Amino acid sequence: MNVAQRAARVDLLLELADDELILGWRNSEWTGVAPSLEEDVAFSSIAQNEIGHARALYELAAADLGTTADELALDRQPDEYRSAPLVELRQLEWARTIARHYLYESADAVRIEALQAADDPELAGLAAKIEREEIYHRMHAEMWIDRLLASAEGSRRLREAVEELWPYALGVLGEELRPVWEERVRARLGFGGPSATEPVQRGRPSDELRELWEEMTMVRRSAPGARW
Amino acid sequence: MVSADAVWAALAEIPDPEIPTVSVVDLGVVRDVRVEDRRVRVEFTPTFLGCPALETMRDAMARRIEALGAEPEIRVIMDDSWSTDRITPEGREKLRASGFSPPAPRAAGTPQLVQLRSSAFRCPYCGSRETRLENIFGPTPCRSLRYCTSCRQPFEQFKTI
Repeated sequence: MNVAQRAARVDLLLELADDELILGWRNSEWTGVAPSLEEDVAFSSIAQNEIGHARALYELAAADLGTTADELALDRQPDEYRSAPLVELRQLEWARTIARHYLYESADAVRIEALQAADDPELAGLAAKIEREEIYHRMHAEMWIDRLLASAEGSRRLREAVEELWPYALGVLGEELRPVWEERVRARLGFGGPSATEPVQRGRPSDELRELWEEMTMVRRSAPGARW
Repeated sequence: MVSADAVWAALAEIPDPEIPTVSVVDLGVVRDVRVEDRRVRVEFTPTFLGCPALETMRDAMARRIEALGAEPEIRVIMDDSWSTDRITPEGREKLRASGFSPPAPRAAGTPQLVQLRSSAFRCPYCGSRETRLENIFGPTPCRSLRYCTSCRQPFEQFKTI
């Protein structure tokens, strides 16, 4: 791998890892306050998996950069994160949470499929391992899609949330993978957002990310260099 | 020089921190053991990536090898080589005996929701197949929650990955 290829690989790993870390953090915000105990357990467990995926992806990037997963996850400034704005949104409402969950997991599936076929055994191997767990996240999201689509009110609320989040969801994937995802989602839901929407691109941290960062890195910043 | 068999035997005494009746060897997370003079190289494949027990297992393996008078080198292998099919037949039996239904074979294909919703999973307490899915997720990443309608007992099902 030459220098440019290695830099591109690190960028890709950081995009993936930042998405999983921030989404894991957002999902964990339902711990203790989800609408039912079962969903409390589900969102907490999904959050734990996503943060585990983030750690493994950061470790691959850290080996290339000569640093550690913790430093990448917690010692960067907010404007150095590469997360997609979709995962940064703080969702206080359940239908929007489910819409984001489904939109993210379906986009992530397309991305992981592509990575499994990548000409990079480390990346392809890790993607295949991550996929074994992601299957369960998608099952959970699909269950909720069925449930919401089964009633008029559920469909309406899901549709409103999907339309609102559409430009954010488009920003998760690069241009080459977007059409596959869009086609699958429209086929599954029977609707989607406006097709000519401009995606909300990654790499421009939102105010919501800055707030999350303050909280996420607080303990580490309070005792720089401490070993836990 | 310590033998590879002695290392395997020592590792077989390390319990899973969360399900202590099962050892790391039963779980199939030890992919390879190589002895080169004083150095013992172990290839360790994580189960679920977010599992907090992984570091405990890795450190416990290093300590056991040190106790044998050798120098441990635990390599964590982040590829796709571990699946629940790596759990040994003894490991599956130990899981059942401690109230966990062992994972269905992955060889049967990618897990499907329709399959989890079917009554194909056996209750570890009474053996009935009259069981239903309560939650895909459970108290740790590796488990789902099911309920047995025959003996009216909730139980934990090891996820197939």
